[in-house]
Amino acid sequence: MRKWLFINNLGIYLGSLILPSLTAIYTILISLGLIIGGIWVGSNVNLLPVVASSNAPIYDELFKVLFIIGTLLFFGMLGLVVYSLIQFRRKPGQTGDGLAIEDNLPLEIFWTAVPAIVILFVGLYSYDIYERMGGMESLGANNQHHHQMASKQRIWGGIGSKDKSMQGANGTLIPVEVTAMQFAFLFHYPDGDIISGELHVPIGQPVTMKMESKDVIHAFWVPEFRLKQDVIPGQPTILNFTPTRVGKYPIICAELCGPYHGGMRSTVVVEELEDYQNWFAKNAKKPDLEV
Amino acid sequence: MTISIPPTTPNNSKSLQPQGWLRYFSFSLDHKVIGLQYLVCGFVFYLIGGALASAIRIELTSPVSDFMPRDVYNQILTLHGTIMIFLWIVPVVNGAFGNYLIPFFVGARDMAFPRLNAVAFWLIPPAGLMLITSYFINGAAQSGWTAYPPLSITTPAAGQIIWIISVLLLGGSSIFGGINFIATILKLRRPGLKLMQLPMYCWAMLGTSFLVVLSTPVLAGTLILLSFDIVAHTGFFNPVLGGNVIVYQHLFWFYSHPAVYIMVLPAFGLVSEILPVHSRKPLFGYNTMVYSIMAIVFLGLIVWAHHMFTSGTPPWMRLFFTIATAFIAVPTGIKFFNWVATLWGGRISVNTAILFSCGFIVNFVLGGITGVALAQVPFDIHVHDTYFVVAHFHYIVYGGSVFVIFSSIYHWYPKFTGRMLNENIGRLHFIITFIGFNLCFAPQHWLGLNGMPRRVAEYDPQFAFVNQLSSAGALLMAVSTIPFLWNIIYSAFKGPIAGDNPWQALTPEWLTSSPPPVENWPGEAPLVTKPYGYGQKPQKEKNPSIGNAKET
Repeated sequence: MRKWLFINNLGIYLGSLILPSLTAIYTILISLGLIIGGIWVGSNVNLLPVVASSNAPIYDELFKVLFIIGTLLFFGMLGLVVYSLIQFRRKPGQTGDGLAIEDNLPLEIFWTAVPAIVILFVGLYSYDIYERMGGMESLGANNQHHHQMASKQRIWGGIGSKDKSMQGANGTLIPVEVTAMQFAFLFHYPDGDIISGELHVPIGQPVTMKMESKDVIHAFWVPEFRLKQDVIPGQPTILNFTPTRVGKYPIICAELCGPYHGGMRSTVVVEELEDYQNWFAKNAKKPDLEV
Repeated sequence: MTISIPPTTPNNSKSLQPQGWLRYFSFSLDHKVIGLQYLVCGFVFYLIGGALASAIRIELTSPVSDFMPRDVYNQILTLHGTIMIFLWIVPVVNGAFGNYLIPFFVGARDMAFPRLNAVAFWLIPPAGLMLITSYFINGAAQSGWTAYPPLSITTPAAGQIIWIISVLLLGGSSIFGGINFIATILKLRRPGLKLMQLPMYCWAMLGTSFLVVLSTPVLAGTLILLSFDIVAHTGFFNPVLGGNVIVYQHLFWFYSHPAVYIMVLPAFGLVSEILPVHSRKPLFGYNTMVYSIMAIVFLGLIVWAHHMFTSGTPPWMRLFFTIATAFIAVPTGIKFFNWVATLWGGRISVNTAILFSCGFIVNFVLGGITGVALAQVPFDIHVHDTYFVVAHFHYIVYGGSVFVIFSSIYHWYPKFTGRMLNENIGRLHFIITFIGFNLCFAPQHWLGLNGMPRRVAEYDPQFAFVNQLSSAGALLMAVSTIPFLWNIIYSAFKGPIAGDNPWQALTPEWLTSSPPPVENWPGEAPLVTKPYGYGQKPQKEKNPSIGNAKET
C-alpha cells in the first residue's frame, strides 16, 4: 500500500516540474518520502553473505549506497511509467492528441545535471572505497622480502593492502602461492613448504597471495571476503586480504575453465591463531619456523 | 518546396524478381523483403536459442549436473549466447527493422546498395546453420561466447574453428549492413529533408552503424589470430608459446562492449518511434535525444576494459574505465526521462506495442542501475562472472532489446502484412513475458551476490530454490512464445484489414499502402519534415508536404 502511495506521489512530484500548477509542498513531501523509503530499503534489506574480511565491510558500505540510490531511481521511474499509463491513458470517447510539448530546456538541463552529479558522487565515493581496499597501492610492494622474484616479474592487477598496520599485529604477513589448474586450487606456503588443497589462514592476519595458473584462466573468489582475482597463465597476479571472522568459506572458480568448472571449489578455513599455528606446525616441513 | 523523386522505370531488374510469397525465399533486392527475411530468420534462431536456454534452466533446477554431460552443457551455453547475440538480436534490431524502415524514413525507394544488402542477409542462414550443425559433427565450441584463450585453444578444435568462421561471416554481414545504412542515411535522403528532421531511428542506426564499422573489424582480426593459434599453433594468445591472454580480452571487448550498444541503440531508436505515435505527443527533446545517441556512441567505444577489472589491469586503467562507464548512464538517463516526458500528458492508447515499450523502460532502468553499480571497480570485483552479471546482462538485452523487438512487431505488423494483430492475445503475451522475464532474472541478482558463479552446471545446494524460481520464470518465457506465434500466424491470414495507417502515425512509412508497393510509393516519395508533429495545428497548414502520397 505504501509503495503505491509513493508511486502516485512521485507522479505528482514530477508533474509539478512539468506542470507548475501543482504545489511545491507535495514536491518536498514526496521527495522526502521517496528518499526515506529508499534509505529504509537500503538499510534493512540484506542481500549479501556474511562479512569475513577487512575488505568486506568497506564493500558493503558501497553496496548500501548503490542500493539506496538504485531503489530510489528504480521505483521513481517505475512510478512515473505506471502513473503515466494510468493517468494519461486515452479515455473512452476521447479524441485528439496530447499536448504538443516538444522540449523544455530547463527541465532537460535538470535531468542531465542531476544524473551527472549522482554519477560523479558515486564515482568519487567508489574511488574512495577502492582506495580504502588498497586498490591503488602498487602491487607486490609489501611482499618483496618474501618474493624476490616479484620485483623482476611484472605483477598484474589485484587488490593490494593499503594499510601498513595491516602487516599484522605481530608484524607478520602470511605469504601463500596459489596455483590454479583444471580443476583445483593448490596452496603453497613457502615458509613451511606446505602444499595444501585447502587454504588455512589465521584470523586478523594479513595474507598475501601470489597466484598463477597452470593451464587456462581461473578466478579466485571468496564471496564472504568480497574479493575476486583472475588467475592467469603466464602472468602472476597478487591478492591481499585480512580475514576477520572464524569459519569455513567457499573458494569458487569464477572464470569458465572447462567441463568441471562448476566443480572447481575449495575451502578457506579462517581459524584462531592458535589453531592455525597447530595446523601449520603439523604440516610444515621445517618445524623451526615462526608463523 | 517539394522536390519529387520519380519512380524508377518498371523495366528494371526488380520487376524480374519473383512475386508473392515466393519472393521471401529468393535473393530479393527489395529492402522490405530483406527486412522481413531478417526478421523471420532471426525469430527462428530465437526459438532455437530459447530452446537451448530452456535446456540450461532445466539443468539448473538441481544443484548437481544430471540433465546433460558437463561438456555438452558448456556447448549449449556457448551456442545459446552466440545465437542470441549474433543471429537474433543484432540481425533483427539492425537488419530487420533497419532495412524495412530506413529507406522509408529517408524518403528513398531502396537501400543505397541493394545487392550488398541481399548478400548481407544471405550470409546469415548458412552461418547460423553451420554453427548449429557443429554440435552434431564433433561437438560445438565450449568456451563461452567470449571464447577466451587459452580455454578456446585447448578445447576440441573443430567446434571452435566452426564457431570462429560463423562469427566471422556474421560479422561480415553486419559490416555490410552498417556501410549500407551509413550510405543510405547520409546520401539517399530525399532532397529537402535535413538530418535534424529525420526520425530518431535513423539517428540510432547511424550511430550503431558507425559502431559496427569501427569495432567489428577488430573482432574479425582477433578471431583470425585466435584461429591461427588453434590451427597453426602460433603464439598470439597462447601463453605456452609466449602469447598474452589479456591482449585477446582487450581486443575482444573492444568489439563486444560496443556490441551491447549495437543491440540497444537501435532499440532506443525504435522506442522513440513507437512512444510518440501511441501517446499522441511529439517526441520530447529531439535534439537532446540526438546528442545523447552521439555521446553513447563515443563513450561506448572507450569503456571496454570494465569487463576486465578482475583479470589483471593496472589501477589507473580501472579508474579511467570506471568513470567512462558510469558516465554512459547520463546520456542514457536523458533518453529515459525524455521518453517518460513523451508519455506525460499524452492520450495514450494502452496497447500491446506501448506495453512492451513501457516494459522495456522499466526493465532497462533496472539493468542500467545494476550497470552503474557494475562500473564501480570494488563492486565489480565481487560480482564479476557471477549470476549478478547474467541478470544485469539479460535485463539489458532481453528486457531491453527483445522487449523492443516485440513492441516493434506489434507496432509495424499492420504495415508488414496489411492486417492487425489480436490485441487481447498480444496483452496476454506481454503479461506472460513480463512476469516470466522478471521471475527468471530478478532472483539471479541475489544468486550472484551470494556466491553463484555463472556458466556452471553444478552449484552449491543452498541456491537450489532460487534457481528453481528462475527456471519457473524461464518456463513462462518459453510458454509466452505460443500466444505470440499463434497471433502472428493466424492474423497474417485472418486478422482484420489494417488500412494504410491504423495508428494515424506521421512517419513516412505509414503514408503508403499496407503492405507497401515494390518501390515504396506509387508516386513521388512524401517529404516528411515533422515526423512527430502530433497535437499541433492541422497538419495541412503546418506541414503541407505531408499528404503528398495521396495526391498522386
